[in-house]
Amino acid sequence: MNLQVRYFASIREALGLSSEMVESHARDVAGLLNELRARGGAYAEVLAEGRPVRVAVNQVMATPSTPVAAGAEVGFFPPVTGG
Amino acid sequence: MAQVRIQHEDFNLSDELAHLRANDLRVGAVCSFVGTVRDTRAITGASGDEIRTMELEHYPGMTEKAIEAMIEEAHRRFDFYEALVIHRIGVLRPADQIVLVAVTSAHRGQSFQACEFLMDYLKTQAPFWKKEETPQGAQWVDARVSDDAALARWGIQASNA
Repeated sequence: MNLQVRYFASIREALGLSSEMVESHARDVAGLLNELRARGGAYAEVLAEGRPVRVAVNQVMATPSTPVAAGAEVGFFPPVTGG
Repeated sequence: MAQVRIQHEDFNLSDELAHLRANDLRVGAVCSFVGTVRDTRAITGASGDEIRTMELEHYPGMTEKAIEAMIEEAHRRFDFYEALVIHRIGVLRPADQIVLVAVTSAHRGQSFQACEFLMDYLKTQAPFWKKEETPQGAQWVDARVSDDAALARWGIQASNA
């Protein structure tokens, strides 16, 4: 299935990319993270386990166990710092 | 009816508050919070702490939805009439206004509380990111554990920082 993956702030900068279509077999956010880390390079670094990566699925705050379905929009970003 | 605006332009506090309570004779209290860009050098006196600019990025689409949801949550908790949230994006300078939260109610207690709740919620749940330009170069601002603690006071578990 295809997922629309978006990156923000320090993660966007490190990847040099703000969005991409990802062909994925993941059932949830954790699975997608593993697929992206497996690409190695900057992906493995900025999305490494233990790094403070936050996620939203279809523009709602999500967790590693949140399911992802075909066509979903998944956003990865660092902890938020607005206000 | 909730009002949420994400914009590059500055806002005029008096105009916004006047508009928020216009023609609403139920209103007896208007509470507002304005967040501004501070230059840390002015606090510490250390030249290395200078903040030259602050750049704000957000997640278009999600930001508006997240803030609308937090205003709905505030309505479930507090007895107020109107809420307005304006958050600026783009490049700002020290002393610039960043954010406005304003609430109207019949009595002051409910609008004070709703205003503080909305700011605590926004700090940890709305997708904005700050990047500061300093003498050492540009750096992304770190999230603060104290902001998670502020939201926890309202019984909401935040794990942003």
